[in-house]
Amino acid sequence: MENEKLSLPNYNIPEDLENVVAITTIDRLYNWGRRSSVWPLMFGLACCAIEMIAAQTARYDMARFGMEVMRPTPRQADMMLVSGTVTKKMLPAIIRLYNQMPEPKYVVAMGACASSGGPFKEGYNVVAGIDKFLPVDVYIPGCPPTPQALIAGLIKLQEKIDKQSIKKVRWYEKGRQDANYVPMPILGPDLIDVRRNAEIKQAAAVKEGA
Amino acid sequence: MMATALQTQTVDLVARFPNSVAADARPGYSGFIVKKENLVEVATALRDEFGFDLLTAVTGVDYLAENKMEVVYHAYKTTGGPGLAFKVQVDRTDPVEVPSLINIWPGVDFQEREAWDLLGIKFTGHPDLRRILMWEGYDGHPLRKDWKEPFFEEEAKPFKSRWPDGQHTFAENKNPFRDNLNFPKDFDPEKYEVVKEDDLYASLERHSRKNEEGSLSTDHIVVNMGPHHPSTHGVLRVAVTLDGETIVGLKPVMGYLHRNHDKIGERNTYLQIIPYTDRLDYFNSMSNNFGYVTTVEKLMKIPVAERAEYIRVIMAELSRIQNHLIFIGMLMNDLGTMYTPSLYAFEERELILDIFEAVAGARMMCNYFRFGGVVRDVPESVMQKIKDLVFDRLPAKTDEMERFLNENEILVARLKGIHVLNAEDAVKYSVTGPVLRAAGVPYDLRRADPYSIYDRFDFDVAVRTNGDMMDNYLIRFDEIRQSLRILEQAIRQIPQGPINSQKPQYQVRVPAGEAYGRVESPKGELAFYVVSNGKPNPYRYHVRPASFVNLTALESMCVGMKIADFVALLAMLDIVMGELDR
Repeated sequence: MENEKLSLPNYNIPEDLENVVAITTIDRLYNWGRRSSVWPLMFGLACCAIEMIAAQTARYDMARFGMEVMRPTPRQADMMLVSGTVTKKMLPAIIRLYNQMPEPKYVVAMGACASSGGPFKEGYNVVAGIDKFLPVDVYIPGCPPTPQALIAGLIKLQEKIDKQSIKKVRWYEKGRQDANYVPMPILGPDLIDVRRNAEIKQAAAVKEGA
Repeated sequence: MMATALQTQTVDLVARFPNSVAADARPGYSGFIVKKENLVEVATALRDEFGFDLLTAVTGVDYLAENKMEVVYHAYKTTGGPGLAFKVQVDRTDPVEVPSLINIWPGVDFQEREAWDLLGIKFTGHPDLRRILMWEGYDGHPLRKDWKEPFFEEEAKPFKSRWPDGQHTFAENKNPFRDNLNFPKDFDPEKYEVVKEDDLYASLERHSRKNEEGSLSTDHIVVNMGPHHPSTHGVLRVAVTLDGETIVGLKPVMGYLHRNHDKIGERNTYLQIIPYTDRLDYFNSMSNNFGYVTTVEKLMKIPVAERAEYIRVIMAELSRIQNHLIFIGMLMNDLGTMYTPSLYAFEERELILDIFEAVAGARMMCNYFRFGGVVRDVPESVMQKIKDLVFDRLPAKTDEMERFLNENEILVARLKGIHVLNAEDAVKYSVTGPVLRAAGVPYDLRRADPYSIYDRFDFDVAVRTNGDMMDNYLIRFDEIRQSLRILEQAIRQIPQGPINSQKPQYQVRVPAGEAYGRVESPKGELAFYVVSNGKPNPYRYHVRPASFVNLTALESMCVGMKIADFVALLAMLDIVMGELDR
């Protein structure tokens, strides 16, 4: 099946070579390899992490889609599955992990909290969605998403990988070496996003009250 | 029958200390109010003369209108029976100072730090009073009533802006910083100096065991495990000082999953809190619901429908079984038998989750209990599934797991004789749950201070005596078997009838007063302290999580042990971060 997908349809390969030769493009080959071995970072934040574990167990078996090799170190991971509430205190650690991941790297926001803050959005220590800091590829709704929903989300990511072109992906663009580097936020009186320093200073100056 | 846990008047503390103790006479309140100056003296007497050796909860309440700050203590006896609440009231002018009770009950350590962090109550004499859930340098004490979170809209829900009048507003648009942020006036982020974690390392250094006199002088190294670490069961971070391979000092750092449960709870209506409790200990949403509704029912003084009582017990015990299955599976992962045993454990867990899904609609976040009963009945087909599991499959599978694991040579070598906690230390550090029972203290709330209908069932309190890792591991199997015994009886006895004693309603009326309700969650004592002022929202809502308090003992458990055993020792406490950080 994979062989058919890989081969370009317009080239006629002699019948006796069909199982041996495939004519394809670099993009297709590259994407095929990448989508079939997405290694997630073994990284759980909250309740969603438990469903992530459940998705790997016998009943759901994420391994069917080439995604079971959880890597505890970011240096070997392709995908960060943000599985749970992102708190301000935890955020610098998450950003550091993301920055340590080699490209290509993908981010999947699993569940309501990682997507938007979810039920805990109003909390003073909660970041209202990881997408305020990291570029999210797939959002999976649910609180927590069932293992089926998680697998559906990961298949969506595979579909996204299928459509990538090696020329256009942001990590291979010329002159944009640190396009994927997210500056570390600072824990001050509240969470300081250093990219927004000027804005914060301005808003604090005109703030009402003492 | 429902035991009233706060029958504190059995101890006449006023007669013993006529000048420094007064009964709490506020309507709906109970217990005693102790003068601040005499707190240590009264607490010592409570422990030594009256036998209240287990201090389970310490928390603060901010009575803004009366300009008072109150610290509430709940003490119990490990021999069982009702507890005693005593309080200290101080003026609400900074610095709010209360003497620390850490020398009497060392288990108050983290809870006092939490009260300092969130309420700004300074416990004088506490050797390590740092922020615990938020970070050093954070602005303000969030649980104070005059502290407003960045997305603050109104004091209490339902917010007017959320009514469906066709308008939709984003919370971000109402905040000057256009995000969940709040900075002091004229704050300049570029000039801000980051508060480094010097306090943590200084405290670690101070509490580390020193090289013995005359011994070879060796360098100590500090290792930070977590918050991203595969075996810390979530986002816990532990700073460890090592002398070679031996742990000489250890400080857990938490708050990486602090989701502001208490603050959000105080804005929510009573009913809205139930789904939030699901997300405390996310393995056991049923037990969390149980604890919360028991507490509020105590305040409301309403009965629980007979059938619902049985359904509650069935769900709570099923939850306990799946929790212990996960514990066993995850412990094996931590010990290095990666995945295979945990796959077996998760296989059974899925079957229990199927039942939860069938009755509640969700696998993990069940939101199933209501005040006076439960939300939906258990259909006959699901009851049949439960019967099949309880009478047939689970006993056989428990036997199977024991047969596969218990005599494994490597497992025995890793677990046997590695000391976790002895009885004295466990009680001292307010440890509850299986860890306490494995140390030889038969303290199980289902027997010691029965709630719901646990007094109707015939079961043994699982207890083991060695307090080593092997006993801590085996006691989980014992508890699974006892839970199965309770389940068998509950399934046989469950009557037909209504599943709620009340009419379904969105807003419940809760009379003014306080209640401290506790249940034996699979991890230990899960308790809720709720103060009502008659409004639709609780005035104070505090969770006393088992994991958080049990973790107090971690330092004393691990110092002197090898770093290789640390992961397994941490696994023994069976912590879950949602409950630990709230």
